Amino acid sequence: MADTFGILIDGREAIAHEGETILDVLRRAQVETPTLCTHEHLTPAKACRACVVDLKGSRALVASCERKAEPGMEVRTDSERVQNARRGVFELLLSQNDVSTAPSLAAQAESLGADPDRYSGRRYEKGFFDDNQLYVRDYDKCILCYRCVEACGPDVQNTFALTVAGRGFNAGIAAGFGETLPDSACVFCGNCVAVCPTGALMDRREHSLRSEGRWDESRYDVVQTTCSYCGVGCQLELHVDRASNEIVKVTSPMDHSITQGFLCVKGRYGYSFVEAGAE
Amino acid sequence: MHEPVLLQRQATPARDLGTYLASGGLAGLKKAREIGAEETVRIVTESGLVGRGGAGFPTGRKWESVRMAQDPERYFVLNADESEPGTFKDRVMIDVDPYMVLEGVLIACYAISATRAYIYIRGEYRREAQILQCCAEELAAAGYLEGLGPEGSALSIEIRRGGGAYICGEETALFRSIEGYRGEPMSKPPFPTVAGLFRKPTAINNVETIANVPDIVTRGPAWLRTLGTPRSPGIKLFSVSGHVERPGVYELPFGVPLRELLDLAGAHDLQAILLGGAAGTFVFPRDFDMPLSYEAAQEHHATLGSGALIAFDHETNLWRVAERLGSFFAHESCGQCVPCRVGTRRQHEMLETLAEGRGGSDERDLLVRLSQVMTDASICGLGQTASTAVRSLIEAEAEGLLAV
Repeated sequence: MADTFGILIDGREAIAHEGETILDVLRRAQVETPTLCTHEHLTPAKACRACVVDLKGSRALVASCERKAEPGMEVRTDSERVQNARRGVFELLLSQNDVSTAPSLAAQAESLGADPDRYSGRRYEKGFFDDNQLYVRDYDKCILCYRCVEACGPDVQNTFALTVAGRGFNAGIAAGFGETLPDSACVFCGNCVAVCPTGALMDRREHSLRSEGRWDESRYDVVQTTCSYCGVGCQLELHVDRASNEIVKVTSPMDHSITQGFLCVKGRYGYSFVEAGAE
Repeated sequence: MHEPVLLQRQATPARDLGTYLASGGLAGLKKAREIGAEETVRIVTESGLVGRGGAGFPTGRKWESVRMAQDPERYFVLNADESEPGTFKDRVMIDVDPYMVLEGVLIACYAISATRAYIYIRGEYRREAQILQCCAEELAAAGYLEGLGPEGSALSIEIRRGGGAYICGEETALFRSIEGYRGEPMSKPPFPTVAGLFRKPTAINNVETIANVPDIVTRGPAWLRTLGTPRSPGIKLFSVSGHVERPGVYELPFGVPLRELLDLAGAHDLQAILLGGAAGTFVFPRDFDMPLSYEAAQEHHATLGSGALIAFDHETNLWRVAERLGSFFAHESCGQCVPCRVGTRRQHEMLETLAEGRGGSDERDLLVRLSQVMTDASICGLGQTASTAVRSLIEAEAEGLLAV
C-alpha cells in the first residue's frame, strides 16, 4: 500500500500510515510513551515535551505527538538522553505544581523514576478562582498544557474566552484580558474542564465534594443516556452516587461519534431538573 | 588593514537617496534586474553568504527554495528584531547605511518574487524604524519599487515594530507576532521556506546578512570568498562592549584572531569575554588567539553567534554575570514548553545562590543536569541555548580559570 511505510523504533521495524504522528506509531507498537498535553481531539500543543524522542538527523529531541512519521525515520525512545529529558520534564513540573488531582501525571512521573525533590524553588502560584456557579479554576495545579485554550478556541468551541497571558514562569491561563469568567466570552460549556489533565479546572460539585472529603469514585455508577435538551443527540454519562441517587458529574465519551466528548452548558451542567423531578 | 564593506559609508553616512546613489548605491539592484532572478540567486548561493543572525544558514539556499516554491504567494521578512544581549550591529548598520539594507531587501524580493516585504524591527529601535520608513518611502517615490511586486506592480514594504520580547527574534515566533498572535515559536519542520509567514513560503534574513547582498551581486560570486576563510567566507560585524576602552561595532574579515579585535577595541588584561551573546559561551585568555571564524569557534567549543563580545576584567564576578544571564532567560522565555518555562526559572534560582557565594557542587551538578534537559527537549533555540554560557562557566571554573 502506497500510504503505508516502515519506520525504525529502537531498532525494530514498525508500520506507519501516511498522516500519522510518531506518537501514533509508538502507541500502536505498544511502546510506552509518557504524554501530558496531547489529546486525541486537539491539535498537538507540543508544549509539555514529555513525549520527546530521539529522531536520527535532528539535533534536538522532537515531540512525537506533533511530528509526522516519514518513510525511513529512525526513532529512539530507549536512550538515556530521551529518558533523562522525559524525567526532567516531570521533575520540573513536580517542583512547581500541586499534582494531588493529577493521578496520571503522578503515575507517569513515578514510572520514569522522576525524583519529586530534584529541584526546589518557587512554586507555581497563580491562584484559585471561584467566580461562577459551574466550575472553579485552581491554577496552582495548571501545567500550561494548552488543552483548555485549544478546546475553547478553534479545535472545539470557537469561543476564544481562554488564552495564555504573561511570559515564562509567570505565564498562565487567562480569560479575556484578565477578566472573571462571567465577564469574559465564556459560554460555560465546560469543555475545558473535560480536557484538563490535572484537575486545575473542576466542576463545582466535584470540587465541593472533594473539599469536604466526600468525593469517592468507587461509589459512583456511570449511567449512559441521551441529552434531552435538543435534537443533536449527544450522549451523556451521568455519574450517579449509588447511595443518594444524586448526579455528581456529567461527561460524554471521548469516542462518541457526535460529541467526541464535548458538550454544551445545558448538557454538562443543566441536570438539576432530574433531581427535582424525583421528589 | 581591512577596507570596510558593510560600514563603507560609516564616515559619511548616506542619509538621503541622492548621497547613496552618488556613492554607487543601487548598482546591485540594477544588476540583479538585468541578470534576472535565477542568476541573482545563483550568485548569492555561490558567494558563500550564510546568515549572520547566529544560525549561519546559507542565504542562497533559502532564496532558492522560496523562488522554486509552487505557491505564488510568498514573503520576504527582514529580521531587525536585534535583541541578543550585547548585540547592536544591526542598529548601527541601519543608522549608517539604511539604503544599503533596503537595497538588499529589494534584491531579495526580486530574487524570490515576493508578494510583499515585511521589516520586523525591535520595538526599542524607534529611531531606526523611522529611518527605514523614510528611506523606503523615498525609494518608492523615486520609482525603485516599481515592478518588484506581484504581477509587475510596485512592491509594498511594511515595517512592523516588535512588542518588546526577545523570543520574537526567533523566526517562527516573529511570524506569529506579525500575524497578530502571541509570539510563540512553532516547530520546524516545516521550515519557513516551505511554510513561514501566513504559512506561505518565506525567506527571512538578518539585517547584516542582507546588507552583504548589494556588494555580492555587484562584485560577482567570487568576491566574498576573497575575504575571510575558506569555510567562513566574507566579513562579520562584531559588537564589542564591556571592559574595553573603545566599545562599538567592528567590521573584520572572518579568520582574524580574537586578540586583534580585542586590541582594536582597547581591551587590556581581561579575565574573560562572553562571545556570542547571552546564548554564547565564556572564552578565557588561553583561547584569545582563536581565529574569529565559524569553524575555529566550533573547535574551541565556542560560538560566534551574532558577533557579540562582552569583555570582563579581573574584578568581575562571573557568577554574578551568569546570574544576570539566567535572569534574562527566565524573563524572556515565552512560557510555552516545560523545559524552558520551568527550567530557566530553576536555573536562575540556582545561579542566584551561586552568585551570592553560597551553594556548592550540588548546584553545579544540578545545573549541568538541567542544562541537558533544556538543551535536548526545549522547542526552540531560546531554551536550547539558555544554559550554554552557564555550562562553559562551570567547566572553566573546574579548570581554575576564574579570578573572583
